[in-house]
Order: sequence, then structure tokens, then C-alpha cells
Amino acid sequence: MLKISHAGHEVLKTFAPLLERTRTREWIWIFFLLGVIAWGLYALYLQITVGHTVTGMRDNVVWGIYIANFIFFIGISYAGAVISGFLHLLKVEWRKPIIRIAELITVIATFIGPLFILLCVGRLDRLHHLVLYARLQSPITWDVLAISTYLVGGLIFLYLATIKDFAIYRDSTLLKLSKWKRKLFAILALNYRDTPGQNRRIEVSANLMAIIIIPLAIIVHSVLSWIFGMTLRPGWHSTIFGPYFVLAAIYSGTGVLLICMWIFRKMYKLEAFILDKHFSYLGYIMLVLAAGYGYFTFSEYLTDWYGSEKWISQLIRKFFDWDQYGALFLFTNVGGILLPIIVVAVPKLRKPGYIAIASGIMVLAMWVKRYLIVVPTLETPLLPIEDIRPEYLKYSITWVEWALTFSGIALFLLLFTIAAKFMTLIPVSEVTDEEDEKINQSQHGTEFKVPAHE
Amino acid sequence: MDKHPTQNQFIIMEEHNNNNKELNQRRDFLKTTAIGIAATAAVATCGSAACSCKKPAAGTGETGEKIVLLSPDGELVQVDTGHLKYVPKNVVVSKEEARVGIPGRKFVMVIDLARCKNARKCVTACQKMHHLPEEKEWLQVRLMQDSEDAAPYWFPKTCFHCDNPPCVKVCPVDATFKRQDGLVLIDSDRCIGCKFCMAACPYSTRVFNWSEPALSEEVMCLPYSPETSVPSKVGTVEKCDFCPDMARAGELPDCVKACPNGVFYFGDQNEDVVTNGDETVKFSDIIRDRGGYRFAEELGTEPRVWYLPPRDRLFPVERGFEDLPQEVKDRYLKVGKEG
Repeated sequence: MLKISHAGHEVLKTFAPLLERTRTREWIWIFFLLGVIAWGLYALYLQITVGHTVTGMRDNVVWGIYIANFIFFIGISYAGAVISGFLHLLKVEWRKPIIRIAELITVIATFIGPLFILLCVGRLDRLHHLVLYARLQSPITWDVLAISTYLVGGLIFLYLATIKDFAIYRDSTLLKLSKWKRKLFAILALNYRDTPGQNRRIEVSANLMAIIIIPLAIIVHSVLSWIFGMTLRPGWHSTIFGPYFVLAAIYSGTGVLLICMWIFRKMYKLEAFILDKHFSYLGYIMLVLAAGYGYFTFSEYLTDWYGSEKWISQLIRKFFDWDQYGALFLFTNVGGILLPIIVVAVPKLRKPGYIAIASGIMVLAMWVKRYLIVVPTLETPLLPIEDIRPEYLKYSITWVEWALTFSGIALFLLLFTIAAKFMTLIPVSEVTDEEDEKINQSQHGTEFKVPAHE
Repeated sequence: MDKHPTQNQFIIMEEHNNNNKELNQRRDFLKTTAIGIAATAAVATCGSAACSCKKPAAGTGETGEKIVLLSPDGELVQVDTGHLKYVPKNVVVSKEEARVGIPGRKFVMVIDLARCKNARKCVTACQKMHHLPEEKEWLQVRLMQDSEDAAPYWFPKTCFHCDNPPCVKVCPVDATFKRQDGLVLIDSDRCIGCKFCMAACPYSTRVFNWSEPALSEEVMCLPYSPETSVPSKVGTVEKCDFCPDMARAGELPDCVKACPNGVFYFGDQNEDVVTNGDETVKFSDIIRDRGGYRFAEELGTEPRVWYLPPRDRLFPVERGFEDLPQEVKDRYLKVGKEG
């Protein structure tokens, strides 16, 4: 029997109902998500049978909201990759209760992101050509290689951090699991028995994966940015696009992590594990990232504006024109940069609730920012657009694109819900490793009456 | 001449009656056979049975309808229309050959801006040749005004067939490629429709088939080649191809032939010769004497299309608005105002 601390025991108790059965309330939630996904599938059916004419994309704006979603989802996947990978390497102890949530975000978002790029592809029946006729010169090939590697890496990282937990679920007498689930956990636990050899192997592998996942994550968002950076278009053809995208991704990943932490803390009463200091510490990280991201943004637009090259100026003007993208651009900078800085910097505002709300606004602003990267540039070709068809002049999002976007979000939530049926959102084994006194430090400190389970 | 089947050739293929088991085999078979016996008799009309690629291969049944043809030996023969097979007028080369290009050639185009009055004959000729709908323009005539005080001018724009093509660089599946003879073509049987090439092309040359193109059955049945770019296929990218199939037949592209003012000169840079059909000039001479330049040279894409500046114009720019439908006129209104 594996050793579990007070805290670990408490985690197991909190999440036991989730692992043991699915309640009506959860079924309703799952069916709601499935309903949204079905709506998206209907939209996809139309897009495939009628053609891409049902989207707002046309010959000038060849990519739209789908690509913005793609960048967005790959961006939030940085929650696990960099936050938990980086903190793992630095051996930051307070990270432990939140690594599961962070790594789940990574894996699920990395899975959903590429689905959106598939929605832009005209011939889904020819996807095998990407392998059959692969050309290494194309940034798309770089993306295919990088993202698939990253997804596998993220899965391994998540799995390595979960093996101990699977063994605990397998052995736990507290959990009333159905037979198949216990069997599944037994398989997933890989016969983990808490032997020194096993522990060492897990530790070495996890360290290795943390080292691998960080450069991998940086590569993923760099090559993603190079899909834009390698073209000769204003607003895209920029040397800072790689680091700019990477920083924006870590930033939005931190935001999504903060939102998830806040929601789960409220939902499952995890105040004893996800402490206020977690919000403060991650808030500090977010503040630094916001400052860095703001610096990149300022640097990028100042350079473009100051140089005032004709083609670039046409684009920049649209960002400062109220009739065009002025309001959205202002929102991305106020909501996406200033607001998180202020909320975290002012001690009175540095509360989990405020930080979570600021993160929510910031994440939305980051999505808008991705939209502003993709669409206005495509609406600003070198040669003047002369077309008799108004939909070819300006991109507007159709309901089909919204439906598929919301299905993507629904799929994210659904996979998270399903994952929570198979693992506790706070790692039981990891909190065991820590001193139990941490719980006593909690401001919401609860008295534990459960004796140590040994 | 265009690629429309009504003006195309037919060959008699009674001897291959047994080749009709697979419907699809017929077209493949034709591609290879056509090269050998392309010089056979031509008819002016298309028998419906011979044109439909969905019907069983010709030769399976006699229609009872007879037609008189001139055989290669110079004899008049009467054959049943059921024995006729459609082959395209121009030689359809294999995919491999279409990727290599025409040996020894280096195609180049010179567009004389001083002569263009937006007659749009090039646009419609191109659309007719490639069976494009009215709104799809591989060749566009744009109204340009380089700055507020500059004089506006008409700017016909084909694909530039760049020597350093940004579109080819980014293609993940080698569907668009650069050939030895300088052309940039697309294999729309390979294209996955990611549209990266469209994002990469700074000249907005490429167009996408956002839905199933409305084509007649006859056009749908035409044997596809990257050199003809016909028929259009849903979910793939297409663009001006400089009509290499015409070049193989020793003819000029249709836009060149259709222009009433001789705006387009097409030719071979290796031979240093370009022609607009009426006059043939040395490429290097006309570029030197008329101040030839390439559009947006600073992008480094090395276009194969050269422009002669609109000096000593044949027509005032306003002439370009004559006889245009209002909706076409409307699209030029914003030019020069938005930059």
C-alpha cells in the first residue's frame, strides 16, 4: 500500500465522487457540451458539402477566425509546458497542487488547436499528401512535425506525473471504483510499487521531459509564428514574431491556468490546496509576462509606425481608426496588457477573484489580438482590392465559423470533464511529498479529522 | 482557338473496344494514346455520347448516327458516332513532364501600360479559355494610382511567374512548383487547399475554389493537366498559368491574342524575342528603349513579367470606364483614396 499524507487523503476524498460515478448534474453538463459540439458538426457538414463559401473566408482573407483559434489554443497549451515544466526544473514546491490542471490544459489544447487548422483546409481528403509529398521547406511541415512531437511530449509529461496517482487509485480502499476502472488504473499504474528504483526512474524521466518540453514548446510557437513571419506581408513579416508569439503564448497560458484554478477551487472547495498564494505567485509571473508582452507589442508597432513604409502604414492606420479596428486594438492593449498589470501590482486588488477576472479579460483580449494579427493584414494586400463582391473586400465571421469555434471550446471543456473522471485534478501523490504543515498554513485552514491512511 | 470541346478533335478508336471495363480507364487511356494519334480527323461538333465521361467508353455500342470524317490517309470515311472519342486539341503531357517544362525555353512577358485602356478582352478571353465564371479573374486589370498626385493608369496583372516565388517556397506538398522554363504551375490533383500560397503571394494572384465550380459536364471530362489548369477543382488553388499548352502547340496565350491594342508581348528570354502577335521585338531592346521595369522589384521575387511605363499613352485613362457595367466601374472608385 502506498503512503498517503493527510493532504493527499483529503484530495482523494474531495475527488472521490468524481472518480466513482457520474451524477445527473454532470450528465446534463456533458450533454450540453455534446449539444454544442453537434451544432458545430452540423456546421462542419455544411462546410464540407456546400463548400467553404459558408465561411467568411474569401480570396483576399484566405484565413480567418479558424487560424486565430489555432494560435489561441496552441497558446494556452503553454500553461503546462512552460509553467509547470519551468517550475519543475526550478524545483518550486508550491507548483505541485496545480501541475495536474496545467498539464491537462496543455494536452487538451494541443489536441484541439490543430483541429482548427484542418477546418481551413480545402481538401481534407488529401491530408495524407502532407506525409506523402512532404516538403521540409514549408513552415506548415515544420508545424506538423513540431505540434505532433509537442503533443506526444505533453502526454508523456502528464502521464509521468500521474503514474503514482494511478497506483494510489488502484490500491485505495477509500475509493469505491467500478471494476473496469480499477482494472484500467492497474494497467495505467504500470505496476508502480513505490520502490526506490521506480521512483528514481520516474524522477529522471520527469526531469528529462521538463527539459525537453520547454525548447519544444518554444519551437512550436516559433514555427507557428513563422507561418506568418515568412510571408512578405505587413504586420506579419517581422523578425520579432517568433519570440513575440512565444511570450504571448506563455502569457495567455498563465491566464487560462489562473481561470481554471479559480473555477475548480470554487467548484470543488479546494481552498485548502489551491491557496491564495498560488494566485499571487502566478499573478506575479503573469505581471512579468504582461510587461514583456507589452514591450514587444510597443516595439513592434512603434517600429512599423515610425518607419511609415507605405504598405505597412495602410495596416497601422486601420488599428488607429475607430471605423476599422481601433476599438478592438485598444481593447487588446488595455484589457490584454494594462489590466493584469494593475490588478496584480495593486495589493488591494491582488485577490484570487480579481486576478481570475483580469485573467479572463486578458485571455479574451489575447484571442482578439490573434484575430487582429490574422485578418487586417489579409485585408491589406499590396495591390488595391478591386472586387464587385463585398464579401471579398472585408472578412466577416459567419455563424458556421462561430459554431465551430464554440464547439472547440465545448470540446476543451468536455475533455477536461472526462479527464476529471479518471484523475484527481490535484495530484494526490504530489501533495503527499510535501509537508503536511502546508495545509495548516492555509488561510482557509480546515481541521482534518481523517487519520493518516497507512 | 480555345480549349472548348466543340472545336476539338476526335479520334476513331474502334480497335480498342475491349478497353471499357473501368469507366475511369478511358481518360487515362486517352491521355497516353492521344499523343500518338493526335493528327486524326477533326469534327466541329461534339457527340453527346463521346463527351460524357460518365457514360461507358465509346466503342461499346453503336448509336446508329453516322458521321463523315477525313482519315489521316486523306480518305473520307463514315463512322458511327459511338466510335468517336474526344481528345483535347492541345497535347496533354504527363504530370512528370508538366513539372519539368518545355526544354530550352525561358518564358517572359512584357506588358505595355501605355496601350492599355481596360478593354478587358484579355480577361474575358482568359475566362473563356479556362472555363472560368465571370467573377473569377486569373488575369485582372487594376486601376493604379501610385500616389495622390500621380496619374492613374490601367494595370493588367497576370501571374508574375517569379524566379524566386514565395508561393512555391511555402507549399507543404509540392503542389505548386517552378519549372525549368520559368513557369510556376499548380497541380490541383495534389493541392490540399491550405491556401498558404495565397497568403504568401504578395500580388494576390491566386484564387481559390471556395465551392464546387459550376462546370458543364464536357468541361468536367477534360483530361486535367497542370499545363491546362482545366477543369477547376473544388477546394484547390488556381491561377494564371501562361498557357504552356498553347506554347507547346506553337501559339500565343489567349490574353495576348485577344488584346485589341497589343498590350501583351509574350516570348522566350533565351531567344531574346517577344511578340504581341502583330510585332515581334527583341526583349532586351524593348526593355532598354522603353524603360521596362518589374512591379515591386524591392520584394525580391524576381518576376518574369515586365512592364513598360505608361508614357505617351494611346488612350486617356477615362477611356477605360467606357462601356463598363456600373458594378465593374464601382470597384475602381476607391482607388487612390485609400492608398
